[in-house]
Amino acid sequence: MSPEFSPQFRHYHLLGIEDLDAAEIMTILDTATSMAEISEREIKKVPTLRGKTVVNLFFEPSTRTRSSFELAAKRLSADIVNFSLQASSVVKGESLKDTVRNLEAMATDALVIRHSCSGAPHYIASFCRSHVINAGDGSHEHPTQALLDAFTIRQFKKRLKGLKVVIVGDILHSRVARSNLYLLRKLGAEVVLCGPPSLVPPEFSFWGAKIEYKLEEALEGADVIMMLRIQKERQKANFFPSVREYRNLYCLTETRFKLAKKDAIIMHPGPINRGIEIDSCLADSVQSVILKQVANGIAVRMAVLYLLLGGKEREAAD
Amino acid sequence: MKLLIKNGRVIDPSTGTDETLDILITEGKIASLNSRIEAPDAEVIDASRLVVAPGFIDMHVHLREPGEEHKEDIASASQAAARGGFTTICAMPNTKPPNDNRGVTEYLVSEAKKRAVVNIFPIAAITRGLAGQELTDMADLGEAGAVAFSDDGQPVANSLVLRRALEYSRFLGKLIIDHCEDKNLTEDGVMHEGEMAYRLGLKGMPAAAEEIVIARDLILAELTRSRLHLAHLSTKGGLELLRQAKKKGLDVSAEVTPHHLVLTDESLASYNTNFKVNPPLRSEEHRRALVEGLKDGTIDIIATDHAPHTEEEKDVELDRAPFGLIGLETAVPLILDRFVQKNVISLERFVQLMATKPAELLGLKNKGRIAVGADADLTLLNLRKEFTVDVNHFASKSRNCPFSGWKLKGMAVMTIVGGKIVYQL
Amino acid sequence: MQEKIKARVMDATKIRRVLHRLTTEILERNRNLKNLVIVGLRTRGIYLGKRIAALIKELERVEIPVGVLDITLYRDDFSELETQHMVQKTEIPFPVAKKDVLLVDDVLFTGRTIRAAMDGLFDLGRPKTIQLLVLIDRGHRELPIRADYVGKVLPTSRKELVQVRLKEVDGTDEVLITEPAGK
Repeated sequence: MSPEFSPQFRHYHLLGIEDLDAAEIMTILDTATSMAEISEREIKKVPTLRGKTVVNLFFEPSTRTRSSFELAAKRLSADIVNFSLQASSVVKGESLKDTVRNLEAMATDALVIRHSCSGAPHYIASFCRSHVINAGDGSHEHPTQALLDAFTIRQFKKRLKGLKVVIVGDILHSRVARSNLYLLRKLGAEVVLCGPPSLVPPEFSFWGAKIEYKLEEALEGADVIMMLRIQKERQKANFFPSVREYRNLYCLTETRFKLAKKDAIIMHPGPINRGIEIDSCLADSVQSVILKQVANGIAVRMAVLYLLLGGKEREAAD
Repeated sequence: MKLLIKNGRVIDPSTGTDETLDILITEGKIASLNSRIEAPDAEVIDASRLVVAPGFIDMHVHLREPGEEHKEDIASASQAAARGGFTTICAMPNTKPPNDNRGVTEYLVSEAKKRAVVNIFPIAAITRGLAGQELTDMADLGEAGAVAFSDDGQPVANSLVLRRALEYSRFLGKLIIDHCEDKNLTEDGVMHEGEMAYRLGLKGMPAAAEEIVIARDLILAELTRSRLHLAHLSTKGGLELLRQAKKKGLDVSAEVTPHHLVLTDESLASYNTNFKVNPPLRSEEHRRALVEGLKDGTIDIIATDHAPHTEEEKDVELDRAPFGLIGLETAVPLILDRFVQKNVISLERFVQLMATKPAELLGLKNKGRIAVGADADLTLLNLRKEFTVDVNHFASKSRNCPFSGWKLKGMAVMTIVGGKIVYQL
Repeated sequence: MQEKIKARVMDATKIRRVLHRLTTEILERNRNLKNLVIVGLRTRGIYLGKRIAALIKELERVEIPVGVLDITLYRDDFSELETQHMVQKTEIPFPVAKKDVLLVDDVLFTGRTIRAAMDGLFDLGRPKTIQLLVLIDRGHRELPIRADYVGKVLPTSRKELVQVRLKEVDGTDEVLITEPAGK
């Protein structure tokens, strides 16, 4: 078969990294490479998805993911509508199903969903016609984040296989950690999860991760350090005693950073809690690729929209 | 009205009977039991190739009446029970208002007489308002018709309150049934805590939450020298504690639901709310332990924990859905198909779990056995009948059933209550 | 897909001579070589473009920049494709605004690829002129598009395929007419 054809992406929805194999992930990353070039032009637009309608359905607050999807859609000439519902539809009593059905009645092609309940995109995909893209569901998955993280790593390290990637923070509640773990393992990277024992359950080792409770041990020889956000609510629930103690043990400081490889890169899905998860000077250093992640987010999301919405309309799978 | 059931394979563990016999029913009681009975004025039922068992008793049903009649009511629940082969069901008290006072108990008893096609016995609350603080007037409620006491839906969290309940109820001869769950440990949980929950990003309810309360309850049962029954047992650890307690000679018993014997937490992968139940579906390790308990007698009875919810309530994100699934119309075929047909338990053991032991635990002397003078409550089973579970044909008002579409072999084909045929296929 | 080779219409020698002729035509018509840029269409247009740039360098000692244009995102049949096309990178590391752009492709057929290519070019800037060079013109135009420089005109039937094979991609230089094997 001619190399111009990419039969590797056959999904109707993008619900999670769990559903993708390595070839499909590479297809998305390679497509994103081509998409990135568009954002460097003066006219940052191609006509590919002209006439398609994408809806951002965000039940949780988000600035960067939402605007990232918005720009991605616009650069492909699609029409995009933003719905930030938060608690309001629940307050008004309208069920999730009705909210989605009402939107679909406006002839949408794709729904980008962010919801605080794990499994909400799967539930929506079970009854809606449009392509569903998971922009983060509860503690379950955030596939486009993992994809843009992998894209960024590949940009700086040229590969993923064999790299030592350390993910630090509240692993238990993190959909970013899960999606990244699945993706990195599928592409052959070594993953170390690090955090307090109350936030890093041993069951995660079933999926190929090494678990380390001491940050210094975890950082030894790391190629990539991914810091996660810590939420203050977890402290109230006694997952860790205080922000002070958390910072003492798990903040990425200059001293600790030296334990990693000399050319290690620092990542964070944002927003950053400066001084708690990572020292300011490191967040702004040359080795921090945090802003690159943001830029790459658009290219990756353009690739996802292109691959899902392109081609003949396929039947939604059961 | 005379009824003559001919040539059925009569199975009654209480008398060790397993033979082909005729049964003559007169005025709601079993009048005669013999190998060939002639009764020319009786309506004859040909039970050849069928099993005739004492009517099945489900000790754990949520009627939803009073207060939530849109989900289920006395009439529809009794019809669902009849379709499922049950002749007696016990109604849990967590209704709106709860059954913690004589008024509600009497209402249930009198309404059941009017509208129910099977026997319905109320289980009254242990504490007022199910709040776990003050005991209800248990003797009074018992007199009004309550056959046991439970705060099902919550545990009796305060150990002192449970102690007093166990002590006080000793002279009533009626069971205290505890829902064993440490609500602090299960806070916000929606499924069993284990690898599956971590993978799905859902908050888990650890097995420990049940085991801790079972341990406490068994110790209190020993301290107070009283009877205790554990509702919907679902954990390996809990089962083991029960085994040890029985070895020690304590008068304790437990029930298991069909869904805990057949399903595991893997079912939640689809985020289908029909698998969301409390106690949750646990991992295979627990399920297998429960099946062992079924075989070795540690588990005394099967009870469905029939918990109807409307489609609107269940057709939401998993986190927001209420816990519960219906079970009256699938319990018998499920156990027959998965355990009796596969020789995991004998037919006799099955009848013991469904009729003999529940009658014994509730002290219903005229039920759970086929003998002259006993109530004519009978369940007729066709072990060869194959069918597909179709929720659209259910008599229950609700449809939250996880077994929709399952192909099962073996079912109740006739249900007789007090000598009247209340269901036939 | 099994295919039947019906004819071999050009071999390596022919291709070399044709490219030579086309290069002299280009030089004849483009006085200001300094303003000329070459944009090759994926995949074989790129290599043809590079060969032409090399020939121009040989003859006039002028370095003409060569860029690569991927037209997948500009296709007009995007929503009808059975299988999606892999998007490749467009790499044009020089401005096209005000330039004389020479678009290079291997086969000119319906004209839709060229229309898409022009759309893509315009998104990058406003060229002064656009000229089109193709190795083979096989007819069956569906849009009003014509090439300025044609290697060979090849009458074909619609169901036939014209395959240009180049050493850089396929290991050999030749042009074939093939037909999918029917059942």
